[in-house]
Amino acid sequence: MTGGGRLTRDDALALLRDEPLLALGRKADAVRQRLHPGGMVTFVVDRNINYTNVCVCQCRFCAFYRPPGHAEGYVLAREAIFAKIRELVAQGGTQVLMQGGLHPDLPIEWFESLFRAMKAEFPGVQNHSLSPAEIVHLAGVSGITVDECLGRLQTAGLDSVPGGGAEVLVDEVRREISPNKIGWQAWARVMEAAHRRGMPTTATLMFGATETDRELVEHLFRVRDLQDRTGGFTAFIPWTFQPSRTELGRTLGVRPAGAVRYLRVLALARLVLDNVANLQASWVTQGEKVAQVALRFGANDLGGTMLEENVVAATGVSFQLPQGRILELIRDAGFWAAQRTTTYRVVREFPAAPSGGGARVG
Amino acid sequence: MSALAPVARKVEAGERLTEADALALFGSDDLLALGELASLANGRQNGERVFFNVNRHINPTNICVNRCRFCAFSRTVGEPGAYAFSAEEVLARAAEAEAAGATELHLVGGLHPELTLAWYAELLAALRAAHPRLHLKGFTAVEIDHLARLAGESPQAVLETLAGVGLGSLPGGGAEILAEETRHRICPEKISGARWLEIVETAHRLGLRSNATMLYGHVESRKDRVEHLRLLRALQDRTGGFQAFIPLAFQPRHSELARGAATTGCDDLKTLAVGRLYLDNFAHVKAYWVMLGEKIAQVSLHFGVDDLDGTVVEEKIAHDAGATSREALSREDLEALIREAGKVPVERDTLYRPVGGGR
Repeated sequence: MTGGGRLTRDDALALLRDEPLLALGRKADAVRQRLHPGGMVTFVVDRNINYTNVCVCQCRFCAFYRPPGHAEGYVLAREAIFAKIRELVAQGGTQVLMQGGLHPDLPIEWFESLFRAMKAEFPGVQNHSLSPAEIVHLAGVSGITVDECLGRLQTAGLDSVPGGGAEVLVDEVRREISPNKIGWQAWARVMEAAHRRGMPTTATLMFGATETDRELVEHLFRVRDLQDRTGGFTAFIPWTFQPSRTELGRTLGVRPAGAVRYLRVLALARLVLDNVANLQASWVTQGEKVAQVALRFGANDLGGTMLEENVVAATGVSFQLPQGRILELIRDAGFWAAQRTTTYRVVREFPAAPSGGGARVG
Repeated sequence: MSALAPVARKVEAGERLTEADALALFGSDDLLALGELASLANGRQNGERVFFNVNRHINPTNICVNRCRFCAFSRTVGEPGAYAFSAEEVLARAAEAEAAGATELHLVGGLHPELTLAWYAELLAALRAAHPRLHLKGFTAVEIDHLARLAGESPQAVLETLAGVGLGSLPGGGAEILAEETRHRICPEKISGARWLEIVETAHRLGLRSNATMLYGHVESRKDRVEHLRLLRALQDRTGGFQAFIPLAFQPRHSELARGAATTGCDDLKTLAVGRLYLDNFAHVKAYWVMLGEKIAQVSLHFGVDDLDGTVVEEKIAHDAGATSREALSREDLEALIREAGKVPVERDTLYRPVGGGR
């Protein structure tokens, strides 16, 4: 980047604050092109299954959870989960992302039995499930260590761990937005343990709530430092806090981060995280238009088709993106599309179409 | 960048672009280069300022004798959902608007078979009497033509009558795509592109400013878009009466002309940027957030756009077509969008004069 040297925290802060938007985009685009030459943009066909919305954590930015005992609380039965996976497989899907609240009464045996049955029934589907907060909670509920918990889940069929719940990896921020959730070091320990066991994970960032620029930058560097040690992160996925229908939105009265802020943070992430191969654009929080534009601000992946998504939708922000539209967006931005697995292995390439704007070539 | 290099050199030198240049820009995938060039051109005219106004849209009727295929707003008389406001209903909205700090009413409606020039003239006179400080921007060239036919008068006479009772300027609607063949496909009953240009030219010669829109993202080709821009630039060379160019993203959801898909973010930004670069004689390019969405409208401030339109308040035409944006943004919303983009918000009146000394 700057003479081949790595960015420092101060460099990153200066870029975030002062670099003109398009210049920042150009730098990020150049890195994207170096890491992913040839103009391929990937996506995964996946489904989020939220096995429960019962949660003891009660994060203030969340509109999805219900406290234990609440009339709207649920736990999905195995048959319901399998029916969802069957639909996914029928559509060529390769990834299930099971994620839920921190349920006080589901022990590790419940997950082991479920994961074993999933692997037996759907051997071709990647089980990409449970965030670090759930794993720590599950270890606690079951009276075992985090590493033991991960080992047992892996043996039962857990393939990889999504990077949710990272929010901002700075405890001052976490205390404010998710006071009952694990601290940043616990999050990092789970990820490191997963990586050491050969389970890849992603890392996320939820910004735009209460964090400062410096705290946001610190998050990126904590991910980079961990990646230097393990190399286990496959992708980084920044998204924005969606304030509506959340306690935090009500008490803070914050405006959601805008698209320009999103693109700046995305581009900065591409520049700082020189050791993380993939950067996902978040159409779930940004909509398809900005997600497409994000492909010129460092992103090389549009994430999942997400047959089902409930957590962001609970804030009232609900976008849908069928696979055909994903292909159109990728081509229209001047790239070509490939369907990938969770670990970024290409399973299907879609031939490049003539470069296009929205208009017919006339 | 290499494909754009000759165009870039012209932009840097401040030279006028050709139609071939505009086509090359549309054909480029180098989105960031387009943004940089458009920002250069915009910065020369507008610096870091981004304009918005506090306005209110009033669509007096959705009854329309035309049946444009891209429109989900129009109804025939007696059809379910058809409406026509009384003069009192329009005046009540105007009073709300002024109380909310608006400086402009944007009056655009269907081609109602019975609302005559006399009715509108009376309405404008009443609006002006009640709200002398509100700028009345109203009537697309298509509506002017319709009123002229109903009254058996010339468009010039209609414009003179309306200007005489308070009409301050014309919006830019009804331009759609001026290239006649495509225009005929999407709105066969609407006045021709030539007639639209003729009426707008007449308005400009009478001292009425207007905007110019372009409806894109339906069935038109890139050549159609460039032809549209060429006709606008040529007219502007003759009159100087256009204030802003406003590309309108086609809303497919509830329209008969369903190409199925909405415009993409890249295409929206490209279209705005090419407009900024080719229309060198236009002072302003406006991102109409109602159709683009707030997010792309904000990003477009780095792609040659210097105007985010207004607070709008009650928009029916784009929302009937399936636009999912909010119906209104507050002054604070607009200022926050502009500031977050690193620009300087300036509340303007209809004629782009700063308003209020930074309230």
